[in-house]
Amino acid sequence: METIKIQGTEDTPKIILDSENDIMEISGRSLPEDVTAFYEPVLNWLKEYAENPKENTVLNFKLTYFNTASSKLLLDILMILEELKEKGSSVLIKWHYPEEDEDMEEAGDEYADIVDVPFEKVPY
Amino acid sequence: MDNKQDVKGFLEFVYEFYKTMKAHEITLVYEGEITHQITKAFTSLTESNMSKDDEPNSVQRKVFHVMVECLQNISKHADDFTSNDYLFSGRGIFLVSKGENEYSVTTGNAVENDKIDYLTELLENINRMDKEELKELYKKQMKEGRLSEKGGAGLGFIDIKRKTNKELEYHFLPITNGTSFFLLTSTISRTDN
Repeated sequence: METIKIQGTEDTPKIILDSENDIMEISGRSLPEDVTAFYEPVLNWLKEYAENPKENTVLNFKLTYFNTASSKLLLDILMILEELKEKGSSVLIKWHYPEEDEDMEEAGDEYADIVDVPFEKVPY
Repeated sequence: MDNKQDVKGFLEFVYEFYKTMKAHEITLVYEGEITHQITKAFTSLTESNMSKDDEPNSVQRKVFHVMVECLQNISKHADDFTSNDYLFSGRGIFLVSKGENEYSVTTGNAVENDKIDYLTELLENINRMDKEELKELYKKQMKEGRLSEKGGAGLGFIDIKRKTNKELEYHFLPITNGTSFFLLTSTISRTDN
């Protein structure tokens, strides 16, 4: 599978989707001008990956900020992983958040409530 | 001579305007089209001012959240209209003020009158809800809501109330028979964070 590497900017997150080296990461800030267009390749990659997944899948979120429009797309990403888990794969979401950022911690708790995927909270 | 009088009158107006801004502790004011570039410029300007003032991180984050959602509300909704009037083409006013105890973020944009009932009901509903209810509503809307063509998710007002824990204050003022000016103020406490 092709690797996706997107450099982070002040309004878009850094994204690495590298199935060969088992690296999946979304980090930084997310308030793209066009959220749908920005996340489309990410969703497509994950859908393709889900057809032929590795034995273990770990996705790291290390966001410092995301707007409400992004929150919906993040849920779409998590729902693809939920399906993957339902098909019998081992899936883990690592939700990294700044230790003192209660809102970002709570956002992780909320996603964990909505989707049936194991979440590990990682304060830093 | 006439021209000189005009210039003098205008400059006096500018000074009055400046004094009014100071009196209302307004740190940023803008009128015009609200674009993504404007959103980025204003948030980064306000961020650097806040960090210069050693504002706590939690306050900085909340102000950033509220500014982005308010600005995107205008850029994503202000051209839902059929009118060609310049008032309706993604334009609006945007103000940030900094008081001793709080920041406030105010937006104003034209809306067609048939949106007033919808907006009032939406805002009243959000204002009535407590933390837990807002959380459930946000989750429900995230799951069931659809992104509009311009990327609006119907989550902005809920998010503002959740982040600020303060009621959203709003007001409609008539512009013409069919249109009104929609003003919205969100307040972020500088102390109880």
